[in-house]
Amino acid sequence: MTHFFLYSAVVLTIIIAIPLIRVVKGPTVYDRFVGANAIATKTMVLICLIGFLFGRIDMFVDITLAYAVLGFIGILAVAKYLTSRRSDSE
Amino acid sequence: MIWVQNILSILLICMGIFFMLVGSIGILRLPDFYSRTHAVSMSDALGISSVMLGLMVHEGFTQNSLKLLLIILFVALSNPIGSHALSRAAFIKKLKPLLTAEKQKDEE
Repeated sequence: MTHFFLYSAVVLTIIIAIPLIRVVKGPTVYDRFVGANAIATKTMVLICLIGFLFGRIDMFVDITLAYAVLGFIGILAVAKYLTSRRSDSE
Repeated sequence: MIWVQNILSILLICMGIFFMLVGSIGILRLPDFYSRTHAVSMSDALGISSVMLGLMVHEGFTQNSLKLLLIILFVALSNPIGSHALSRAAFIKKLKPLLTAEKQKDEE
């Protein structure tokens, strides 16, 4: 079962690297933030798999909860800034 | 009974990784911002929920399993809210969808 967690973590790392192309060459700023949001949500699953791999899931599941809350607050702050009148001058 | 638990966990984790792969290909291949948001929000929520459910099945009835259930509930609430806020920001800033570009070119 440890081998299965290791291989799925490797495959998930390759999947996480795919939206990075959209972050680099996105036509607008919104495309870049959609790619960054996709990377942030998939990283939670990678942290949980690493916790099962190391046998310390009691520590890593708390890290995953904190990371989920931080990513959610971050994307809401970015959306609020992009709708504000201060970002008109770009 | 341990092999039933292992087989169910492996099936759920493989299904979740497949859905996340589909979402990543969608964010790379689709032509428009709104369709990219559509692809990545729903498939990511389903994939993360499925992988966490597989890890819960592997863990059993413990306190960590309850925390994984909390992660599933938080992702199911927060991922559509974040995608909706970002696409609403793009809509307020008047980012055109793909199919209205030709109509605008004809009017000019």
